[in-house]
Amino acid sequence: MILSTGDLQAVILTLELALVVTAILFVAGTPIAWWLARTKSRWKGPIGAVVALPLVLPPSVLGFYLLLAMGPNGPVGRLTKGLGVDPLPFTFEGLVLASVFYSLPFMVQPLQNAFEAIGDRPLEAAATLRASPLNAFFTVALPLALPGFLTAGVLTFAHTVGEFGVVLMIGGNIPGITRVASVQIYDHVEALEYGEAHSLAAVMLIFSFMVLLTVYAWRPGAKKA
Amino acid sequence: MKSIQTLLLIVCCLAATLAHAEKIVIAAAADLKFALDEIAAEFRKAHPDDTIEIVYGSSGKFFTQIQQDAPYDLYFSADIAFPEKLATAGFAASEVKPYAVGRIVLWSAQMDASKLTLKNLTDSSITRIAIANPKHAPYGKRAEEALRTTGIWAAVEPKLVYGENIAHTAQFVQTGNARIGIIALSLALNPELAGQGGHYLIPDTLHEPLAQGYIITKRAADNILAERFAAYVDSKPAREVMTRYGFTLPAKDK
Repeated sequence: MILSTGDLQAVILTLELALVVTAILFVAGTPIAWWLARTKSRWKGPIGAVVALPLVLPPSVLGFYLLLAMGPNGPVGRLTKGLGVDPLPFTFEGLVLASVFYSLPFMVQPLQNAFEAIGDRPLEAAATLRASPLNAFFTVALPLALPGFLTAGVLTFAHTVGEFGVVLMIGGNIPGITRVASVQIYDHVEALEYGEAHSLAAVMLIFSFMVLLTVYAWRPGAKKA
Repeated sequence: MKSIQTLLLIVCCLAATLAHAEKIVIAAAADLKFALDEIAAEFRKAHPDDTIEIVYGSSGKFFTQIQQDAPYDLYFSADIAFPEKLATAGFAASEVKPYAVGRIVLWSAQMDASKLTLKNLTDSSITRIAIANPKHAPYGKRAEEALRTTGIWAAVEPKLVYGENIAHTAQFVQTGNARIGIIALSLALNPELAGQGGHYLIPDTLHEPLAQGYIITKRAADNILAERFAAYVDSKPAREVMTRYGFTLPAKDK
């Protein structure tokens, strides 16, 4: 086995984090994407921009504000303090919350595209057959948007796996709790353990390539082209 | 003919003034942030034409970068072992010079740490203790040694959170996310942090000395400014600044 127990622990933690975040974002991201795809509200632009912010913001910006917000004097920190919980930085829950923000556009945007591609007609047809909007969503829109869900899920998962800056800012580098694979690699490099860095980095490289390969194979229309 | 001579003279004069204005980039350990900023500001007053840029970060990171020929002219490490290794590998244009010995302190933004000792860290009211990453940050390594010598490492290890360098560690404490931390005395003495609560000086008998050293890098071999600045760091006014920020000075010039 090329990976040490510490490396393995970091990989497992990373996969756990990515799974939890993807699951949360499936639930939280779908209504946002649906609303963005269907709405004619003037809030569509601003909300869409907020959702897309993590695409352009440096992770350190997000990490910095989260560190302040989750601290005992920040709004989130006061809330957790009131509940009698430790500050969220340095905890797995803190990482989950940060990653949900960080990976939000990777869930919402593919879903929004998928929903927009369906168009109005299938839903209108469902409505004429007396399907309620909720019923139409689950029986018509959801199956039609399935490839979009796959893409969104895989991208969200992969992007969370690749997260580095935010974890570095708020993680505190605790083994088994916040030391994810990307941070573990950084640690190896800083400690001049290039051999260890290589092993883990190679695993991440192969994994990321496989993920992208899967996404491209799934992409609607990929076979036709 | 005469005009050509005049022109040549002007060109020569211009070249001389241009050559006079030098530029250096310094890679410095994060614990030097306030002391070296002050020293550089003093130096700039005497040499307003020269440009001195300082990048602060972790000594280990700079060590790696300089091996990849990063454009730093001077390297002030928080651990003298790093410049020593660089010198051995042929990346230095000067000998390794010790410039200071650092100290570690307990510091908190929420309570008066001057009334505490390391033993208090086992107290159940303290749930998070920030130290620099012992794996590659010299201050973190010394913090770990001090905790081990005190015999409380096993008790406090589950409460530890690790900053990437000593400034990042201070940030964890300053934002209150960790109630207390072990940081550099040089940072704790900076007015911004000193105003937020006292510090407890950890006895240096509990850990190996934090011997710090610098080198002029290979790429700055012909850079006069690098040499001039290095000489200034060894001068009396600069040494006074270092002392004021809690550094012990290397014995040789005392």
